[in-house]
Amino acid sequence: MLEIIYQFISQNLLLPITTLLLPVDYQPQGLLMLQTVIKILAILIPVLVTVAYFTYAERKVIGFIQGRIGPNRVGFFGFSLWGLGQPIADAVKLIVKEIVIPTGSNRFLFVMAPILSLAPSLAAWAVIPFDDTKVLANINAGLLYVLALTSLAVYGVIIAGWASNSKYAFLGALRSAAQIVAYEIAMGFALAGVLVASGSLNLGDIVNSQSGSIIHWFWIPLFPLFVIYFISGLAETNRAPFDVAEGESEIVAGFHVEYGGMAFSVFFMAEYANMILIAVLSALMFCGGWLSPFQGIPGLEGLFAWVPPMFWLLAKTSFFMFLFLWFRATFPRYRYDQIMRLGWKVFIPITIFWLVVVSALVITDTPPWFN
Amino acid sequence: MPEIRNMTMNFGPQHPAAHGVLRLILEMDGEVIERADPHIGLLHRGTEKLAESKPFNQSIGYMDRLDYVSMMCNEHAYVMAIEKLLGVTPPIRAQYIRVMFAEITRVLNHLMWLGAHGLDIGAMTIFLYCFREREDLMDCYEAVSGTRMHATYFRPGGVYRDLPSMMPKYEASKWHNQVEVDRLNENRQGSLLDFITSFTDRFPGCIDEYETLLTDNRIWKQRTVGIAEVSPERALQLGFTGPMLRGSGIEWDLRKKQPYDVYDQLDFDIPVGTNGDCYDRYLVRVEEMRQSNRIIQQCAEWLKQNPGPVMIDDHKLVPPRREEMKDDMESLIHHFKLFTEGYCVPKGEVYSAVEHPKGEFGIYLISDGANKPYRLKIRAPGFAHLASINEMVKGHMLADVVAVIGTQDIVFGEIDR
Repeated sequence: MLEIIYQFISQNLLLPITTLLLPVDYQPQGLLMLQTVIKILAILIPVLVTVAYFTYAERKVIGFIQGRIGPNRVGFFGFSLWGLGQPIADAVKLIVKEIVIPTGSNRFLFVMAPILSLAPSLAAWAVIPFDDTKVLANINAGLLYVLALTSLAVYGVIIAGWASNSKYAFLGALRSAAQIVAYEIAMGFALAGVLVASGSLNLGDIVNSQSGSIIHWFWIPLFPLFVIYFISGLAETNRAPFDVAEGESEIVAGFHVEYGGMAFSVFFMAEYANMILIAVLSALMFCGGWLSPFQGIPGLEGLFAWVPPMFWLLAKTSFFMFLFLWFRATFPRYRYDQIMRLGWKVFIPITIFWLVVVSALVITDTPPWFN
Repeated sequence: MPEIRNMTMNFGPQHPAAHGVLRLILEMDGEVIERADPHIGLLHRGTEKLAESKPFNQSIGYMDRLDYVSMMCNEHAYVMAIEKLLGVTPPIRAQYIRVMFAEITRVLNHLMWLGAHGLDIGAMTIFLYCFREREDLMDCYEAVSGTRMHATYFRPGGVYRDLPSMMPKYEASKWHNQVEVDRLNENRQGSLLDFITSFTDRFPGCIDEYETLLTDNRIWKQRTVGIAEVSPERALQLGFTGPMLRGSGIEWDLRKKQPYDVYDQLDFDIPVGTNGDCYDRYLVRVEEMRQSNRIIQQCAEWLKQNPGPVMIDDHKLVPPRREEMKDDMESLIHHFKLFTEGYCVPKGEVYSAVEHPKGEFGIYLISDGANKPYRLKIRAPGFAHLASINEMVKGHMLADVVAVIGTQDIVFGEIDR
């Protein structure tokens, strides 16, 4: 379906444009560029729409957990539609709001910070495979690229805290910096475990090396790493119970306390895009990505063969996204030093230990995963 | 080498965890608090002075607005002070009603505290769970007094009116259809007492629900165990009362030690903590809710079986019935005198204290024989607690400040008065 649309656009829109505008020698390059732009849009627009509706889902899910209804008024054309228009209304409100730049702040950095935090979280989507063939950049160091880009996002937070010229924001930035350094290491070791287990840094290869059945997925041999990766993901994205960088009740809103309007909403989008990214990566690396959970089960496998592989990936991602919301509604917030303790003294030792275990499993060709 | 200075941070008055209008000047070494200096007075309304210029009864409404999450308990201390000076005792049924509503108020206050404390520490869901139950108790307030918050229900000589024989019901609307409304009205078919009984049957289960979320939660324990420990000796020196004192292990409760109204006829226990940290104070307050529930249950049982007057029969002090005024000259005069001049209270001084949800709430009243108090002094428990905040947070981190503010259960209405 998607391929057909893509081919159609490619043949009937992009090809004529390039043939019209470019000299013959440069036509293939031009076509490739335009095709890439189309692919980027095909990834980013759904991601941004998901971000918008993820905020809606968050409010609804947490609402129901708390015995409330959540937004249910704003709809389209006079129909309330369970409040589905709410994200749009929020976006419009935030866009038309004035961005106040506080006195004594560093103007340039203040404006740069939200962009610095959103850009990496969107750029990381380049290497995410949606099924066997659908990936924008099928590079071999995909995992490394993701790790590098997610680490970059902290610059946005630190710069925002510094440029705001506010003590609350500054404290938030410092907390965030220390926290992300600690959890980046745990996360890195967890990913190293995946690398050892799959023998590849290419995300597509990682998924394919899990094929077989639901018990072939890496969540069983790498279970501690899986848990630690997801919890580190919570910490990386500054989500409850690790949201000390925002710490609503302590430092008000932390690093983005001085931001309003669109500048604030860019931070907000970055946070949610990161959450979706972490969810997708968890699904890819530990839960078999686009592989069907019924694979290898005679009967059921055939029954669900018609389901497009991308559906399984989206379903798994949605489950992890739901976990983010569930945790937020349930847990109290850690204190800053307790987060540090958890990261350095608990997670890093466990991941290092499990890395050895995984290596041993791989060397001994332990079935059913590594034979 | 450059000089390293501590950072001074202004915490509040507009801060999500300031519980109203607390302003703290924090001197911090990184995230560690070196000194906390509370600034108060942003909610000062001069209640004590205002009371000097009004007949006694007209200040009851001001009492509601002191600690605005435990309204009737404030009234309780005030009307008891006046009754002591006048030397009157309210009828036994009125005393039971007062005790029942004092305990409902305690549950209201503790629910508010639990929700806010949880929210401060980052557990948001508990807040809405608590408010769900608060709603029903607010309806009890509304049923007896007509308002959900500032009831002005207790009067010198009894209570304003007897308990209503029917509970107000929801009506179907654009937003709630008949089926939904019928479900909401299920426990509102009988009298107020039936409604309260159905609440007390349900409420222990609700407390279990809150405890599932928090009591054994590792994060909750990490955030509260060992935070702001106060030794029993120090708690006494600092003038702590109520759950703050009991959390430190001192069994002191005015309801047991100097029982007022009918507390000596009721069966309940006083929970005490052992370590005097935030977690113990949390456990004490949660257990207090269970005990209050028991008291409410006993009072509701008694009240169902024992009808009677709820106000003394002295029209020099309480207004006569409306019907009597229509054809009785004397009643009309009483009514006129009471609503213009009020009543005069004999010369003297009195201190009356109640076990308020937050601690010992006292009213010191001096009368010179006129129809207004000569001087009214309010002893608010929160004031002494807030004064200790520097000691409690010193050496802890910024995130613990909000935990301490939560555990002190501060409300600025009573501190600033």
